[in-house]
Amino acid sequence: MTGPVIADTERAPSRAAPAPPPPRRPRLTWRQRLSVADVKWSPYLYIAPFFVLFGVVGLFPLLYTGYLSLFDRDLLDVDSTWVGLANYGTLFADAQFWNSLVNTISIFLLSTVPQIVIAVLLAALLNSRLRLPTAWRVGVLLPYVVSLVAVGIIFANLFGPNYGLVNGILEGLGFDRIDWQGNRFASHVAIATMVNWRWTGYNALIVLAAMKAIPRDITEAALIDGAGAVRRFFSVTLPLLRPTLIFVVVTSTIGGLQIFTEPKLFDAMPGSNNGGSSNQFQTITLYMYQTAFETQHLGYASAIAWVLFLLIIVIAVINFLLTRRIASAGVEEDAR
Amino acid sequence: MTALTVAVRRNTVDATGAKRARFWVYGLLIAFIVGSIFPFYWQFLVASRDSSMLTEQVPPLVPGGNFFANAARVFDSVSFWKALGNSVVVSGTVTLTTVLFSTLAGFAFAKLRFRGRNALFLFVVATLAVPTQLGIIPLYMAMSEFGWAGELQAVIVPNLVTAIGVFWMRQYTMQVVPYELIEAARVDGCSMLRVYWHVVLPAVRPAAAFLGMFTFMTSWNDFLWPLVVLNAENPTVQIALERLQSGFYIDYSLVLAGTTLATIPILIVFIVLGRQIVAGIMQGAVKG
Repeated sequence: MTGPVIADTERAPSRAAPAPPPPRRPRLTWRQRLSVADVKWSPYLYIAPFFVLFGVVGLFPLLYTGYLSLFDRDLLDVDSTWVGLANYGTLFADAQFWNSLVNTISIFLLSTVPQIVIAVLLAALLNSRLRLPTAWRVGVLLPYVVSLVAVGIIFANLFGPNYGLVNGILEGLGFDRIDWQGNRFASHVAIATMVNWRWTGYNALIVLAAMKAIPRDITEAALIDGAGAVRRFFSVTLPLLRPTLIFVVVTSTIGGLQIFTEPKLFDAMPGSNNGGSSNQFQTITLYMYQTAFETQHLGYASAIAWVLFLLIIVIAVINFLLTRRIASAGVEEDAR
Repeated sequence: MTALTVAVRRNTVDATGAKRARFWVYGLLIAFIVGSIFPFYWQFLVASRDSSMLTEQVPPLVPGGNFFANAARVFDSVSFWKALGNSVVVSGTVTLTTVLFSTLAGFAFAKLRFRGRNALFLFVVATLAVPTQLGIIPLYMAMSEFGWAGELQAVIVPNLVTAIGVFWMRQYTMQVVPYELIEAARVDGCSMLRVYWHVVLPAVRPAAAFLGMFTFMTSWNDFLWPLVVLNAENPTVQIALERLQSGFYIDYSLVLAGTTLATIPILIVFIVLGRQIVAGIMQGAVKG
C-alpha cells in the first residue's frame, strides 16, 4: 500500500527500513521506503519457500546419505562407527547389488524403448484429423490416473502363474504357460508392461503437442515436393521431434532407474522386498529399501542410494545441459 | 497455386498435411483404448465376484453382484475410512500449498527483477533432475528425531512445493501476464502481494488449476515415502492397499475391490476435468 503522500504520514525514517534513500533525492516517507523494500525483497520472499524446502528435505538428506554411507550404522544404533569406504568395497563385491543393477537396467530398457516407439506412433494417429479429438486424448491418458500400487496389484493378478488371465489366454491360443514371476526375463517383461501401460498415453500426448507445434509450411513444402505420408513422417516429423524425444527419454530414465513400486507389488510373496524368490526382479531402489528398513543397515543402504544417485547424476547433467538451452531461450525473451 | 490447392483438396489433405483419419486409424485407436480400459474393467470384474472365478478355465466377462459385499470387507479388513480421510487431508494440503507457493515463485521469476534471478531459476530447472527420493534414509532419521514418524505431517511437509510447479507457473505467468497490467496496479498503489492476488492469480488460474489437479493425483498415488514413514495404524490409501495385499493368502476379490475403491475418486476427477488435464500436459510439453 503506497498511497499518495499525505502530510501527516511524514515522519522520521524508520530504522528498520532496509533500503537507505539515495543521498541526493528528497527524503522518502516511511510509506515510500516500505514500497521500495517491498519491490526489493518481495521476489526473494516469494521464491524462498521452494529453496528452503528443497534445501531441508531434498539437498541436505541427499548429501547426508553420502556422509552416512561412510559409517556402519543400524536403524536402532545411537552411535555410528566410521568405516570409510568399506561399505562401497562390500557393495562392489555384492552379487545381489549387481543383480539388482542388471534387473533395473533390463526393466528400464524393456519399458522405455517400446514405450517411446508406441508413443510416437500413437501420437501420429492422434495427429490425424479425428472426430472428437479431445475424447481420444482423454482416452489414451486414462491409465495415468491409476496409482502405481493399484497397477502393481492388478497386473500381479493378470500375470499370476496359475490362474492369471494372461496365461489363460496363452494356453487358449495353444502356447505354453509362462512363469511370469519365476522366470527372470519374463518377470522383467511383466513389470515393464505395467510401466508401459501407465505411461505410454502420457508420453504420446507430449509427443503430440510437439507434432502440433511443427510449422505447417514445412510439412506443406514436403508435400509439394512429392513426399508421401511415410516419407514425411520419417524425414520431416521425426527429426523435428528430436528435442521432445530427448526430453521424454531423459525423464523416463530418471524415473525408470528408481523403479520401486511395481516390483515390490509384483512379488508372489506379499509384503516381501526380495523381488522374487531369487531376487530375479529386485531393483536397486527395492534393494536399498530392503537394506534400510528390513535388515536395517542404514550405512550400507546409504551406499546403495549414493551409487544410484551418482548414476542418475550423470544423466541429470545431460538433462541440465539440454534444458538450459530451453530455459535460457525463455530468459532472453523475458529480458526486455 | 490455385490448381495445386484444388488437387490437394481432392486428396483430402488439409493445410497441415494431415489426412482425414481413415477407418484403420480409428481401429488402431480403439484397440489401444480397449487395452487401456481393460485392466480397469478386470479389477472391477474380479471385485464384483468371489475369488473362485479366478480358478475357472474361461473367466466370466460380466460383473457379478458381490462388489458391495467385497467393498464392505475392505472396510472391515483395514482402516480404509481413516486411510481415505488421511489421503484427502494429505493431498488437499499439499495441493493448496504447492499451488500457492508455485504461483508466488512463478510470478517472481517471470515478472519481477532481482539480483540472481536467472541463476536461481537455472537452479530450479536443475533440481528437476535431482532424485530426492534417494535421500529417504536421513529424512526418515530426521522425522523419527522430531517424533513425526507415523504422523501425517511427515508426508505433507516434504511436498509443500515442487520444482516442477515453480517451473510450470513461471513459464505460464511469463506468457499471460502483461507488464503493463502490473505497472498499472503498482501506480494505483498496490503492494506486491496485492498485485499477486488481484492481477497475477486471476490471470494464471487455468494453469494453477492444472497444477492443482496434477499435484493432487501425484500426492494421492505417492507410495515409497509414505510406506517408509507411516504405519498400518495411520495409513494413506496406497499404504492401506499394500496392507490388503500383504496377507498370507491374497484374496483378489478383496484386494481388487480395494483398488477399485481407491481408483474411483481419481477417476471421477479425471472424467470431469480430463479435457483440462490433457490440455495442461500438452501445453506444458511445448513450453517445457
